[in-house]
Amino acid sequence: MKKKFESGAATAFIPRNQAIKKLQLTIADFRRLCILKGVFPVEPKNKKKVNKGKSGNRTYYYAKDINYLANEPIINKFRDFKVYVKRLKRAKGRRDIKALGRLRSNKPTYKIDHIVKERYPTFTDAVRDLDDCLSLIFLFAVLPKSKRVYVEKVHLAKRLSLEFMHYLISSKSLRKCFISIKGYYFQAEIKGQKVTWIMPHKLAYQCPDDVDFRIMSTFVEFYSIMLGFVNYKSYQDIGLIYPPKLSITHDPSKLKEENVDLNDFNDEYLASLNCDFIKINESQDESQGDEFPLADEENQEMLEKAKLEEENLNKLKVLFKGLKFFLNREVPREPFVLAIRSFSGEVSWDKTTALGATYPEDDSSITHHIIDRPLVGKTHLNRVYIQPQWVFDCINENMILPVDDYLPGAVLPPHLSPFVDVTDHGYIPPEKQKLIKMKLGITEEEPEKNEAKEEEKKIEKKTENKKNAQKSEEKKLVKKEETKLVKKKAKKGSESDEESEEDSEEEEINDMKVDLDTPDEDESEEEEEEPVEELEDTKKDKNKKPIIAVVKAQPKVENVNMMLKKQADEEKKLTEMMIPKKNKRLYDKIMKSKKKKNQEVEKLKEKRKIYDESVKNTKQKKVK
Amino acid sequence: MDKVKVKTQKRKSKHESTSISENSEKTLTKNTEPLSTSLNSNGSFLSSQNEYDIDTSDEEDLRNTIGNVPLKWYDDYDHIGYNLDGEKIAKPADAKRSDELDQFLDKMENPDYWRTVRDSQTGGKVVLSDEDIEIIKRLTTSKYANKDVEEFDTSSFFTQDEMKMPLSGRPEHKRSFIPSNWERLQVGKYVHAIKMGWIKPQIKKEEEDDQPKFYDIWGKDDNDQRKHLHHLPAPKCPLPDNYESYNPPPEYLFDDEEKEKWQNQEPEDRRINFMPKKFPSLRLVPGYEHFIKERFERCLDMYLAPRQRKMRVQVDPQDLLPKLPKPRDLQPFPTTLSITFKGHKSTITSISVHPTGQWLLSSSNDKTVKCWEVSTGRCINTWTFESKTVNCSWVPVQNLCLFSVAYDNIVMIVNPKCGDKVLSSNTDSKLADYSSLHEQNDNSAKGNESDDESEDKKKSETKKPPCTWKFFHDKKNDPNFKAGFRIQLTHQKPVKNVSWHPKGDYFATVLDDKNSNSAVIMHQLSKQKSVRPFAKMNGIVQQVVFHPFKPLLFVATQRYVKVYDLAKQLLVKKLLTNVKWVSSLDVHPGGDNLIIGSYDNRLSWFDLDLSTKPYKTLKHHKKAIRAVAYHKKYPLFASCSDDGTAIVSHGMVYDDLMQNALIVPLKILRGHEITKSIGVTCCKFHPTQPWLFTSGADKTIRLYSN
Repeated sequence: MKKKFESGAATAFIPRNQAIKKLQLTIADFRRLCILKGVFPVEPKNKKKVNKGKSGNRTYYYAKDINYLANEPIINKFRDFKVYVKRLKRAKGRRDIKALGRLRSNKPTYKIDHIVKERYPTFTDAVRDLDDCLSLIFLFAVLPKSKRVYVEKVHLAKRLSLEFMHYLISSKSLRKCFISIKGYYFQAEIKGQKVTWIMPHKLAYQCPDDVDFRIMSTFVEFYSIMLGFVNYKSYQDIGLIYPPKLSITHDPSKLKEENVDLNDFNDEYLASLNCDFIKINESQDESQGDEFPLADEENQEMLEKAKLEEENLNKLKVLFKGLKFFLNREVPREPFVLAIRSFSGEVSWDKTTALGATYPEDDSSITHHIIDRPLVGKTHLNRVYIQPQWVFDCINENMILPVDDYLPGAVLPPHLSPFVDVTDHGYIPPEKQKLIKMKLGITEEEPEKNEAKEEEKKIEKKTENKKNAQKSEEKKLVKKEETKLVKKKAKKGSESDEESEEDSEEEEINDMKVDLDTPDEDESEEEEEEPVEELEDTKKDKNKKPIIAVVKAQPKVENVNMMLKKQADEEKKLTEMMIPKKNKRLYDKIMKSKKKKNQEVEKLKEKRKIYDESVKNTKQKKVK
Repeated sequence: MDKVKVKTQKRKSKHESTSISENSEKTLTKNTEPLSTSLNSNGSFLSSQNEYDIDTSDEEDLRNTIGNVPLKWYDDYDHIGYNLDGEKIAKPADAKRSDELDQFLDKMENPDYWRTVRDSQTGGKVVLSDEDIEIIKRLTTSKYANKDVEEFDTSSFFTQDEMKMPLSGRPEHKRSFIPSNWERLQVGKYVHAIKMGWIKPQIKKEEEDDQPKFYDIWGKDDNDQRKHLHHLPAPKCPLPDNYESYNPPPEYLFDDEEKEKWQNQEPEDRRINFMPKKFPSLRLVPGYEHFIKERFERCLDMYLAPRQRKMRVQVDPQDLLPKLPKPRDLQPFPTTLSITFKGHKSTITSISVHPTGQWLLSSSNDKTVKCWEVSTGRCINTWTFESKTVNCSWVPVQNLCLFSVAYDNIVMIVNPKCGDKVLSSNTDSKLADYSSLHEQNDNSAKGNESDDESEDKKKSETKKPPCTWKFFHDKKNDPNFKAGFRIQLTHQKPVKNVSWHPKGDYFATVLDDKNSNSAVIMHQLSKQKSVRPFAKMNGIVQQVVFHPFKPLLFVATQRYVKVYDLAKQLLVKKLLTNVKWVSSLDVHPGGDNLIIGSYDNRLSWFDLDLSTKPYKTLKHHKKAIRAVAYHKKYPLFASCSDDGTAIVSHGMVYDDLMQNALIVPLKILRGHEITKSIGVTCCKFHPTQPWLFTSGADKTIRLYSN
C-alpha cells in the first residue's frame, strides 16, 4: 500500500532546519553557502502536503537544491577555516609566535570561480543577472573604509566598476540614463539583454547600524568575482586586453609630456574614464548582416520596425559626435564622463581637479561647457554654457535638444524618467507630450498663448452652457405643471456633473458642438426617462414657486455621444451582472486595477491643472 | 597654646633636623631589614654625622617613649608620651594633621613636597635626601640598594687553567655513547609524516597579491547545461518612474495631504519608499540616506524570500464578459417610467392588475385599497378597512368582477363595480346564489350539529373550522354591501397572503401561523368551503402559488419550495433553493419553470424538468428581493428589491427540451425612493402589454412601459 507523505511534494521540499542539519553547517555558514550558490527558499504550492499534514509556517528549500549544496567543495573549506580559526586562537593564547606565523601562512582560502560557471552556464545568463550585481558593486565602490567593510573589497569593487564603465564606453552600449534622488540610473544593452543599475551620488554615506554587512559582503564577494569574469569576457568580445592597459602608458612620448610616472597613476587614469585602451586587433569592424527579403507582410512590417529601431540606435550611438564638452569643477565627473563618452562625445575638465584632462578650459573648440552654478566671471563666447541635466535629457530623447531651457541659472524643465513606457502609462506629463510632438516634427507656435486662449474659450463656453441648462430647466418645471406627460427639457444641467467626472474637458466641448449641430436627433430615445427626474424636481420645487403660466418651450438639447455612451455603459453593466462566478473575481480584479490606474492619472492631471493655474495667477500678478 | 608650641618648636628645631633624618632612615631601614647592616657598615649613608656623637642610648628613647602603640591614639593631644623627667614630649610642629587645602597649598608651593614623607613614630614630616631617593629607586627596580655593591660576580667559579687530575674520577656513562632511542623514534615519525605528505616542507610563497585572477570561463565549452529545471530567477527591481526624478514635473510632488498620508503610513504600506523632491539644480541633490539600507534589503530578498512562480493572466476583460444578445434585440420590455400613481399615504404592500389590464388595485398600510385606471392614472375608488391591508388581488378571470383583500385575519371579497356594469351585476347575482346556498348548508350543518352536539363537542373545540364565511346581502341596505363588500372570511390567525387559482373558483390563503400545518387554507368560492390541505408541513410558509393549468400547488417555505399534487394529494417535488430565506415565488405561464426571490439578494430560476436545484442563481440586487413576477405573454420576468430598483430580465423558455432557458438582464429600473430601508415592495406585469407596475415604500406606484 502506498503510504502518505513518502513521495511527491512531501519529499521534493525540505525545511530549512532539516537542511542545515543535513549539511552539518551553522546557520551563518549555511546562509553564506546559499548566497554564494544562489540557492533560495521556495514557496510550495500546497504547504500542507509538504508539511506532512501539519500546519505551521516554515521555510522550504528544494530537496534537490540541498543535495546539490551537499556536494559543494566549499563546505570543506568552511570547515577548514573553522579549524584554522580555532588553532589561531590557541596559538595566540599560548603566544606561540612561530605557530602563529605558520598558521597564518597556511590560511585556507577558497575560490568561487566554479560557482560562477555553475550558476551562469553561458555568458548571457550572467549578463541577465547583472542588475543587482552592478548596483551593489557600485555602492561598495563608494563606501568608506570601516571596521565592517574591508578595504580590499572596496578597492576591488571600485576597480571592477571602473573597468565595466570603460567597457560601456568602448562598446557604446549605454542606452538610457536618469538622475534620480537616489542616484544615477543607467541602462545598457549587452548581448541583447537590458541591464539597469543605480550608481549612488558620490557623497559621504553613513553605514546604518541595522545593516548586516556580513551578508552584503558575501554578496559582494560573489558579485565581484562574477563581474570580473563578465568584464574579462566582454573586453575580449570587443577586442581589448584584460586587465585593461591604457594606451597612454605605452606611449613614451606622451609619458614625457605628462611628466608623471604613469605606473603609479595607472589607477587614477583608469578612474578618469577618459583614456583609451590598447586593442588586440584594431580592425575589428562589425560586418553588417546581409538583408534577407521576407515574403510575409507581417514579417516585412517587423523588419521595417527593426530597421527603424536600428537606425535610431545608430543615431544614438553618435549623438554627441563632434561635440566637445568641458565639465566644470562641481559637476560629478564619473556619471557625466560615462554618459558623454558612451555617445561619442569628447570631454575634459580642469587639469587641477583630476588626472585625465585632455584639453584645457580655454580651448576654443569646446562646444558645450557644463556648469552647475550661476555663471560668473569670464565666459567664452564660442561655446554654450548649459546645466548638466541637458546631457541626460538629450540622451533619453535621442536628439540634441535646444539649449534655451538649460542655460545656467534657468529654471530647468522637469527631468523625466526614460523608463516609463509612454504607450502604456496612462499619464504623460505635458512636457513629454511637447517633446513627442517636437520629435514628430510638429512645431507649435506660441503654444502657451494658444493654450491660454483655448482655455478661456472653454471656460466661457462652459458657463454659457450651464446658464442655458439652468434656464431650460426652469422652463421645463413650468411646463410640468400644465400637463403631466410633457417630456421636454434639456438634460444638460443634471448631467453636467457626471460629465465633468467622466470626460475630459475637450471631449465635452466636442460633444457640445455636436449637440448644437444636431439638437433633436435622439429625442425619442431619451424622452421616456425624463419624467422620473421631472417629478422629483417638481416635488422639491413645489413649495417655492407654484407657477401656472405658459412659457415658450426651449428646443431640447440632446447629447448624442452622451446618450450612446450611457446606453453602452448600461449594457455593459448588465452583461457584467451575468459573468459566471469563477470569472467574476478575476474580472473584478482587472477592473479594479484599471480603475486605480485611471484614478491615479486623474489625480495627476488635476494636480497639474492646479499647478498651472497657480503659475498663471502669479504671472498675472507680476504683470500687474 | 600656640605660643607655647612655637617656643617648643624653636627649642627643638636644631635637634629635630638631625633626629628626623635619622628617623627617616630608621623607618626606611625597618622596611628593608636585611639591608640595614650593609647600609650601616658601608658608612656612606649619613656620613656627614658621626653616629657616635650622641652615644647615649636614651637619646633614642626620647624620640618615642610611647612604645609600639598606634600614633593615632595621640591624635587629640599635643604631646606624645613623657620623658624621664615626666615632662610631656611635644609633638613635632608639622605633625599636626593638615586639611586638604593646606596640603594643596603645600603641594603647590613647596618644591620638596614630592620627597616629603611622614614619620610613623613621631608623626612629623621628613624630607628625603637625594641619597634616600636613589636607594628607593634602586629598590623599586629590584636592584641592590647600595650602588657600590657588585651585583653580579663575574669572577669565574672554575679556573681557566686545565687541571691535571679530574675533579671526580667517575667513568662516563654508557648512554653518552649510544644514540638515543627516543630521538630515533621521533625522527622516524617525522620521516614517515614527510613521506605520507602530512608534513609539507615550508616553501616560501611568492608575494601573492590577493587580487583574484580572471580568465575566460565561458570559453570554448559553452555547453548550455542547466542545473535543474526549477531555477527561478529573482524578479528584477522595478524601474524608476517620474516620481523618483531629482527634478520631477510638479504634479508628481506630494501635496500636504499626500505628505501626511505618506508619513502616517507604515514603511511597508507605502506605495513608494521615498518622498518625491524637487531640486533646482544637480549640485543641491544630497546623498540618499537609505541607499545602503535599500541595497541591503534587496540582498535579503534575494536569499531569504521564498520564491514562487506565478502565472500572470493575460486576459482581456472583454473576453470574460459572457456573450449575450443585446437588450435592444430583445425588445419589447419596460424601459422608461411613464405614469406614477400617487394617493396612498403609507407604504404600499401589494398591487394587482386586472386580467383585462384596465384596472390596477393596490393595498397599503394606510388601511385602504385603491382601484386605479391604468390608462389615465386616476384613482377610481377607495375602500377603507379596519386595519392595514396586506394583500389585494383580482380574481383572475374576466367574467367575475371581484377582488380579494386581506387585512388582519380577514379576507374580504369585494365587487368594485367598475367597468362593465352587466358584468358587475352578473357577479353580484352569482354571489347571491352562493350566499343562499351557503345559508342552506349552514342551516343543515347547524341541524346536524344540534343532533350530535354532545358527541362532537370536544371535537369541535379542538378542531375548529378553518374559517367562517359571512355574506353581505343587498336586502338589508347594508353599507358594507353598498361599498361593494360581498363575502367576509374570518380566519383564526392574521392573513399574510392570498393567491387565486387561475380559474377563479379556488383560492388559498397563507396565515401567519407558527403551527405550520394550519398555515395554508384552501377556499372554494362556489361551495363556500374552506379546508386545511396539509396535515403536516415543516417550515414557515411564505407563499403559495397555483400551477397555471395542472392541479399543482407550489408552497414556498423558508428554505424549500414544495410542489404538491392536489388531485392525488401527494408531495411531488421538493426544490432546494440554497438561499437563507425565500421571500417570493412565481411560476412561469408554461408551468415548467419558476423563480424565487430571497431576502439574501438572490433570485433563483428553477427548471422543474431539469433538477431540484436552481438552474441559475442571479445576485443582481444589492439588497433583499421583495417580489418576483413573470410576464404572462412576453418572455420577461422582473424582480424588485429593497435597493430601490426593479430589474427586468429576458427569460426565454424553449419548447425544445434540450435547450436551457436563456436569461438576459435587460434593464435596471430606478425611480422608487428608499424609505425606512424598504425600497420596492411589489412588482406585477401588465397581462397583455410589456409594462411593469411597481409599488414602493415611497407611497407611489409606477408604471414602466416600453
